[in-house]
Amino acid sequence: MGVYLAQFLSGLASASALFLAASGLSIIFGVTRVVNFAHGSFYMLGAYFGYSLVRNLGGGALGFWVALLIASIAVGLVGLLVEVIILRRLYKAPELFQLIATFGVILVIQDVVFWYWGAENLLGPRAPGLSGIVRIFDVPMPVYDLALIAIGPLVLLGLWLLFNRTRWGVLVRAATEDREMVGALGVNQSLLFTGVFVLGSALAGLGGAIQLPKGDANLLMDFGILAEVFVVTVVGGMGSIFGAFLAAVLISELNTFGILVWPNGTLVLMFILMAVILIVRPTGLLGRPETIGQKTETGPVEVVLPAGPHYKIFVAVVIALLALLPLLVDDFILVLVTDILVLALFATSLHFLMSTGGLVSFGHAAFYGGGAYAAALLVTYAATPFELALLLAPFGAGLLALVIGWFCVRLSGVYFAMLTLAFAQVAWSVVFQWSDVTNGDDGLLGIWPAAWASGTATYYYVAFVVAAAGIFLIRRVVFAPFGYGLRATRDSSLRAAAIGIDIKRQQLAAFVFAGVMAGLAGGLFAFSKGSVFPDEMSIPRSFDALLMVLLGGIESLSGPVVGAAAFTWLHDELITFEYWRLLLGVVIVALVLLFPQGLGGAARHHVGRYLKLEASPGDLRSATPKREQRA
Amino acid sequence: MGIRKVLGAAVLAASVIAPGVAGAQETIRIGDINSYKNLPAFTIPYKQGAELAIEQINAKGGVLGKPLEIVSRDDQGKPGEAVRYAEELFTKENVVLISGSLFSHVGLALGSYAGQKKRLYLAAEPLADSLVWAQGNRYTFRLRPSTYMQAAMLAEAAAKTGAKRWATIAPNYAYGKDAVAAFKEVLKAKVPDVEFVGEQWPALFKIDAAAEAQALESVKPDGIYNVTFGSDLAKFVREGTLRELFKERTVLGLLTGEPEYIDPLGPEAPEGWIVTGYPWYAIDTPAHNAFVEAYQAKFDDYPRVGSLVGYNAMLSIAAALEKAGGTDTEALVEAFEGLELDTPAGAITYRALDHQSTMGAWVGTTTVKDGKGVMVDWTYEKGGDYLPSDEVVKTLRPANGG
Repeated sequence: MGVYLAQFLSGLASASALFLAASGLSIIFGVTRVVNFAHGSFYMLGAYFGYSLVRNLGGGALGFWVALLIASIAVGLVGLLVEVIILRRLYKAPELFQLIATFGVILVIQDVVFWYWGAENLLGPRAPGLSGIVRIFDVPMPVYDLALIAIGPLVLLGLWLLFNRTRWGVLVRAATEDREMVGALGVNQSLLFTGVFVLGSALAGLGGAIQLPKGDANLLMDFGILAEVFVVTVVGGMGSIFGAFLAAVLISELNTFGILVWPNGTLVLMFILMAVILIVRPTGLLGRPETIGQKTETGPVEVVLPAGPHYKIFVAVVIALLALLPLLVDDFILVLVTDILVLALFATSLHFLMSTGGLVSFGHAAFYGGGAYAAALLVTYAATPFELALLLAPFGAGLLALVIGWFCVRLSGVYFAMLTLAFAQVAWSVVFQWSDVTNGDDGLLGIWPAAWASGTATYYYVAFVVAAAGIFLIRRVVFAPFGYGLRATRDSSLRAAAIGIDIKRQQLAAFVFAGVMAGLAGGLFAFSKGSVFPDEMSIPRSFDALLMVLLGGIESLSGPVVGAAAFTWLHDELITFEYWRLLLGVVIVALVLLFPQGLGGAARHHVGRYLKLEASPGDLRSATPKREQRA
Repeated sequence: MGIRKVLGAAVLAASVIAPGVAGAQETIRIGDINSYKNLPAFTIPYKQGAELAIEQINAKGGVLGKPLEIVSRDDQGKPGEAVRYAEELFTKENVVLISGSLFSHVGLALGSYAGQKKRLYLAAEPLADSLVWAQGNRYTFRLRPSTYMQAAMLAEAAAKTGAKRWATIAPNYAYGKDAVAAFKEVLKAKVPDVEFVGEQWPALFKIDAAAEAQALESVKPDGIYNVTFGSDLAKFVREGTLRELFKERTVLGLLTGEPEYIDPLGPEAPEGWIVTGYPWYAIDTPAHNAFVEAYQAKFDDYPRVGSLVGYNAMLSIAAALEKAGGTDTEALVEAFEGLELDTPAGAITYRALDHQSTMGAWVGTTTVKDGKGVMVDWTYEKGGDYLPSDEVVKTLRPANGG
C-alpha cells in the first residue's frame, strides 16, 4: 500500500516540472502558432540561471525561492529577446520558418551555456528547509516532492486566474480563438504575442529551475526534455493548459508505475500512450480542432512548373560534371559529394511530401533510418548480397511508412507533424533499446558494399546513379496524374473529394512513396559508412532534413538538392571552429530572416528569371489564382 | 573574453588548416577523432592528456627523428560523421593512423571502417566489449579496460561482500546491458548461489529516479549494482539516499569513482560504495606523480581518467612507431600486437590475441572528504587479470579477425 502511494506521489512530483515546461509551450503555440523547438533550451537556461542565482543569493529558504523566481524572469527576458529579434519578423512567414529559426536558437543557446558554465554537470542545490523526508505509511518521502506536488496546481490556478480574471488574459484567449478578429478589433497583436512568448519562456525557465533540488543542470537537458514536453502538449491538446496538466500527470504516473511492471519499457511507453490518445482523440485530451490552418503550414504554394529548356541544359551540365567528378577531385571530395547525393535524395523525398503533398513530417528520419536498418538487418541476419539489400531497403522503409502513415494521415496540420515525430521516436526507441535484434546503440556493423563497388570512386557512381534516378522519379511523380491529384488534395480537400479523389488514400500513398525514397537514401547511406546506428532515426536527423528543405526553399523542386549541398558544406566549413554550433545557429537564423524563400528560391528569384529556367513562368502564374495567404 | 576565445579558435583553426602542406613532410601526423562538443567534460581532458604526451615526446626529439602532430576532428557524437572524418584525415591530411573516440558506437563505426579500409585505428576510450571481440579486426586496437573487465573487477569485489540477493540498475542501451550481463556472468561463476532479484532499466539520461529507487527498494536486495552515470547518477544518488535505499546495503558503482562522474556530485557523493575509478590524488608512484605534476603545470587543472587515457594513447602510438621503425600500416599493426610500454598507470601490453591493452583500473570504496567524493582503500587491478581465458576469447573473435 505504502509503496504504491509513494510511487503515486513521486509521479505527481515529476509531473510538476513537466507541466510547467509544457504549459509554456502550449500557451505559446495557442496564441502565436509557433511550434517553439527552443523551448527545451529555455528549460535548460532556467536550470543554469537557477543554479547560479541560488549560489549567489546565499542560503535561507527565502533566498532559494527568490532565486528560482528571478531565474524564471531572466529566462522570460531571453524569450523576449528571441521574440523581438527573430520571431516577430517571421509571424507572416510560413510556420516552418519559425520552427527552423527556433532550431537555430537551440544551437546558439547550447554554445553560450557551454561557454559560460562549462562542460561539467552542475549538481542542483537542495531547497533549504525542505531537504529532509517525511514518512508516509513508513515509506520515506522527500519533503521537496510534496512541495513540487503543490507547485503544479498552484501555477495552474495562477494561470487560470490570469486568463480568466484579467483583461490581458481575456485578450490572449480571444487570440487563441481567432487571431485575425482580435487584430481587427484594434488590439496590438505584436505586444500580445510578445507578452505570451515571455510568459511561456518564463514558465519553461521555472520548470527547469524547480527541478534543481532533484537533479542537476547539464548540457543535454534541452533535447532531453523536448520530446517529453511535445508529447505532453499534444496529448493535452495544443493550447490547452488544463490539458497540459492532465497529460503531465498522466504521463508521469504512467512512467512511475510502468517501470514496476515493465522495466524495459521506459521511453517507449510514453509514445505509445500518445499514439493511442491521438488516434482516439485526434486533437488531444482537451484540445479543439484547428479552426484555421487545416492545412499544414508550408506557406503559399505556387504552382510548380515543368522544367524550361534552359533549366534542362543547366541540369544536364550539372549531371555531366558529377559524372566526371572522379577524374577531377581527390577521394575525400568524392566521399563528401556521396554524402551530399544521399542527403539530397533524402531531402527531396521530404520535400515531395511537404510541397506536393502539403504534409509536413517532423519524423522523416524514421524512414531514412528505416531503410538503413532494413539493409543492415538483411545483411546481418540473412547474409543478403549488397545489391539485393540495397534494392530491398526502400521496401522495408515503405512498409514502415505504410504502418505509420495509416495512423498519421487521419490527422492534419500540426497534429500530423507531431504524430510523425512521436512515431519516429517510437521507431528510434525500439531500435535503441531492442538490442537483441538491432544491437542497440552499438549498431549494426560491417555493412559494406560488394567488392566490385567498394572503391571510393565506384561507390560514388553507385550513389550518383541511384540518387539521381530517385530524384528524377520523384520529379516524374510530381508531374504524373498522381502528383496532380495530390496537389488537389493539398489545395482544396473539399473540391478534391468532390471530384472523387480519396484524400486519405492519396495522402497515404504519398507518405509511403516519400518513405520508400527516404529508405533508398538510407540504404545508400548504410553501405557508404559500413555501419548503422539509431542516430539515423533520431529527432536531430529529422531536423537536418527539414533544414535542408528549408535551406533550399520549399517552392522549387531543385531546392532540396541545393539545400543538401549547402547544409553539408556549411557543416564542413564551420566544424573547425570551437564554437561552431553558435555560428551554425546564427547562420540558420540569418538565412531564415534574409532568405525566406530558401537559397534555391532566392537564386531562382534573382537569377532564374533572367536565365529562363522555367517554362514562361510569368504567363502561367498570372493565370493561376494564388492560394490565399494567411497572416 | 568571448570574442578573444572565438578569435583564438579561428586562429587555431587556421593554423591547423594552413600548415597542412608545409608540415606534411617533417612531422608524423596522428588523426584524432572525438566528440568534443557532445561530451566536453570527458573529451577535453582526453585532448589535454594527449597534448601533454605529444609535447613531452617532441621535447625529447620526437619519434624516428620527426616530431608528432595531432590533427583533430569533432565527430559531433555521430558515427557517420566520424567515418567521413576518418576518410578525410587519411586522404587529405596524410595521417598514419587514427585514434580517439569516447562513445562506443562511434568507436565501433571507426573500427569497422578500419577493418574494411585496412587502416589502423587505436580506440582510446570506448568501452564496448564487441570492439575487440565480436567485431574485432586486424586493424583495431583498444587501450582502456573494457566494460567486461571493469564489471569483472566489481563482480570479484561483490563476491567478497557475501551479499546474495542482488538488484541491478543500468541505462537501457548497449553499454548498460553489457555491463549487467558481464557482472552477472562473472559473479555467478564465483558465487553459484547468488540471486538476481530485480533489474531496472531507466532510459539513458531520462531516469525517473524516485520511481526507480522505490522499485529497487521493493525487492529488498542485499546488494545493488549501479551502472547509471552522468545526470542519471546524480538523480539516483539523491533519491536513493533520501529514500534510504542505500542504508545497510552493499552498493557497487561501475565507473562511479572516475573524477568525471564523482566530482560533479560534490559533497553529495555516495559514501561506502565499491567502485571502479581513478584516485589520481592518491596514486603515489614516480611515473604517476610526474604525470600529475606536468599536467597540472600545463593546464592548471587536475587529470581525469580521460587525461590519463589520452596521455597513454599517445605514448602507445609513439612506442608502436618506434617498434615498427616507420609509418607503414601493416608494420604498425605488427608492432602493436604484443606492444609493451610503461605508462603512469604501470606497464601495459597490447595483447596479440585480441588487441586489448592490459591497462587496468582502480577499485576502492567511496567516501566524502573536504566536500568531495574520493576513493579510499583502493587497489590497482591489472586489466589482464580480468579477461576471459584465451580459449574463450578466441571463440569471441571472428575467425578472420587476425
